Amino acid sequence: MSGMRIGTIMVKELRQISRDPATLGMLLVVPLFLLLMFGFAVTLDTRHISLALLDHDKTETSRGFVESFLHSEYFDLKLSIDQGSRIDGLLDEGKVMVALVIPAGFGRDVARGKRVEVQAIADGSNANTAATAIGYIQAIALDYSQAAFVRSLERAGVTGMKTTIDFRPRVLFNPELRSANFLVPGLIVLILMMSSVISTALSIVREKERGTMEQIAVSPVQPLELIVGKTVPYLLIGLIAAATILVTSRFLFGVTVKGSWLDLGVVTLIFLFGCLGFGVMLSTLSESQQVAFLLSSLLTLLPVFILSGFVFPFRNMPWIIQAVSYLLPGRYYLAALRAIMLKGVGLWAFKDQVFALIIFAAATSAFSVLRLRRQSR
Amino acid sequence: MMRTIRFIIRKEFQQLRRDRRLLPLILLSPVLQITLLGYAANMDVKDIPLAVCDQDKSVESRQLVSSFLQSGSYVAGANLPDARSAERGIEEGISSLALIIPPGYGRSLAGEKTAPLQLLADGSESQAAAIGLTYATLIVSRAQAARSAARLSGLDPGVLRRIRAVQVDPTVRVLYNPSLASRNFMVPGVLAMILMIITMVLTSQAIVKEKEVGTLEQLIVTPITPRQLIIGKLAPFVLISLVIITVVLVASLLLFGLAVRGSLLVLYALSLLFMLSTLGIGLFISTIARSQQQAMMIAMFFFMMPMIILSGFVFPIESMPPLIQAVTYIFPLRYYFVIIRGLFLKGVSLPELWRESAALAGIGLVVIAGSVLRFRKRLE
Repeated sequence: MSGMRIGTIMVKELRQISRDPATLGMLLVVPLFLLLMFGFAVTLDTRHISLALLDHDKTETSRGFVESFLHSEYFDLKLSIDQGSRIDGLLDEGKVMVALVIPAGFGRDVARGKRVEVQAIADGSNANTAATAIGYIQAIALDYSQAAFVRSLERAGVTGMKTTIDFRPRVLFNPELRSANFLVPGLIVLILMMSSVISTALSIVREKERGTMEQIAVSPVQPLELIVGKTVPYLLIGLIAAATILVTSRFLFGVTVKGSWLDLGVVTLIFLFGCLGFGVMLSTLSESQQVAFLLSSLLTLLPVFILSGFVFPFRNMPWIIQAVSYLLPGRYYLAALRAIMLKGVGLWAFKDQVFALIIFAAATSAFSVLRLRRQSR
Repeated sequence: MMRTIRFIIRKEFQQLRRDRRLLPLILLSPVLQITLLGYAANMDVKDIPLAVCDQDKSVESRQLVSSFLQSGSYVAGANLPDARSAERGIEEGISSLALIIPPGYGRSLAGEKTAPLQLLADGSESQAAAIGLTYATLIVSRAQAARSAARLSGLDPGVLRRIRAVQVDPTVRVLYNPSLASRNFMVPGVLAMILMIITMVLTSQAIVKEKEVGTLEQLIVTPITPRQLIIGKLAPFVLISLVIITVVLVASLLLFGLAVRGSLLVLYALSLLFMLSTLGIGLFISTIARSQQQAMMIAMFFFMMPMIILSGFVFPIESMPPLIQAVTYIFPLRYYFVIIRGLFLKGVSLPELWRESAALAGIGLVVIAGSVLRFRKRLE
């Protein structure tokens, strides 16, 4: 391995990059642009659920009950209807998520202290939103009943029957349950992975397609030198992009970084190396740029989104798919990012993840070297 | 005119066949992807292991724990000796929810004193934590309400007569997906994204490849018109898309037992319309890119990634800022999600989907016309 030869390839690669300012600009600026766009857009919070109201009672009491729904920021009254037959159509068209039906005699029964049933019809197609909405409906109805009960106790002159369970839920690591804290690390993984894989995915196959690969094969350049020379310039670009998006998530989205920035840098460097290596590997596997593009989008885009623990918990996956997820570098990087940013633990606590990332980087590079060596023969 | 187009189509097919990896990849990878990702895309908040630290060990504390376990959201997790170990369990990621019942809980409930009760949640998994907390609060409130009602019996009958035990009970009916399985919502979404990725990758290189190889000049000197060229390039991919949609639909029906509640014909037709729009976007990219690398980046950065995140696959569009909501209107995937989920889950019919269908057709027409115009400019 010769440092000089690697240097020459790097210079050639850098010159080629600088000749194509659009590509360079895209690699440097677009990751930040995507983070800004996604960071403001993604949330899993279920608020402002659209509600249709069918009030058969139309009394002061029923209006008060509806008010307790609208006072919470969970429900927005989209429309009031007069006929129950319209409900299914509204849900079919997706105009509202939930319809609330208050029976006639609601006010009278509440005043008498009888048990009253109100009906809620929910669109279950998005299971999570529906589950959350149902939880809110039940909690609001219960609160309403309790408050009315306590008022009636007070009127009767009974005291000392106040709340006796002092419920103190406490959330560790992300106390306000901000989904930004949870989701932005996932976005960072997705954006960095995609931008680094696609920056090298065409590197080798392009030379193959243009026929310049044969020239390289007859030159004294070794496969490893070629790979290092082609990777390092993109590693520099990737590091700059990574630094800007990490700093932006801290200062613009207020994602906490409880651990050390040095740890963050080290893990990011190893991850980028692995992704670039993966890109090179796909490039050595492909015979045309089109296949390289197809491979890299199929193997990275959806898998890193769905299989790395970004929004879908591993707990819910069948074991065989959990096993597949261990092959993805995104899984380890995301776990390490969350550990550093949210939990603030030191490097030692996520040594397994770092180790796995190193293995991934080494394995992809070794594979590419072997593959290139075989092809140049 | 037709003859020329037929020649281009035949040439494209020959080229496709020559790349021995491309066709198998196009046909097999969707099946592999829908299998792997369809089973993985599951956000159910069910069976969350609940670690319990019952320091009270009274009838009341056991009642509370069993009402948690009977709610269906939690399963019994570790039994912990003290509060410190509950916290450690969460820090190390062993448990995500822990209920701590301090000593004297039962006694203080009976003795009208305040009973402290603690629940620890792992906020780094915020979706599960949020739903877990909502349900936990509900369970505790119910325990509270039962407690208050029980204590009424000790009161003087004269006072009791004046008290109204108000009880408003919601009965909830869930439409379309009564088991609230998130898979029914996610699998159609995964299917849509796979179709989008394959079709866009296929065409995004079409014109720029000719440019890079240098055959574009040859094309320019032939009497082929831009419209013929674009149609000729598009047609083979439309045929391939038909095969892909069939493969993916059959795979997801067999694997996940998803039944199409709407009309299969409508699903097929609208899927084709969707793929026409994504093929068109890909083609348009290939007319504006300077190199295949650029085409790949434009497709990835400006279309595929934003569409996956912003079209409502998991992140609700209604919660996004207005500006970003406005951007999502140009994404075909946004409309197709509504179509495919409506047909799979709700069984809606064509008239209810006319807005989405019109949007897809509009996007398709604009991008294909754009490609023709863009290509004409190049010729001059």
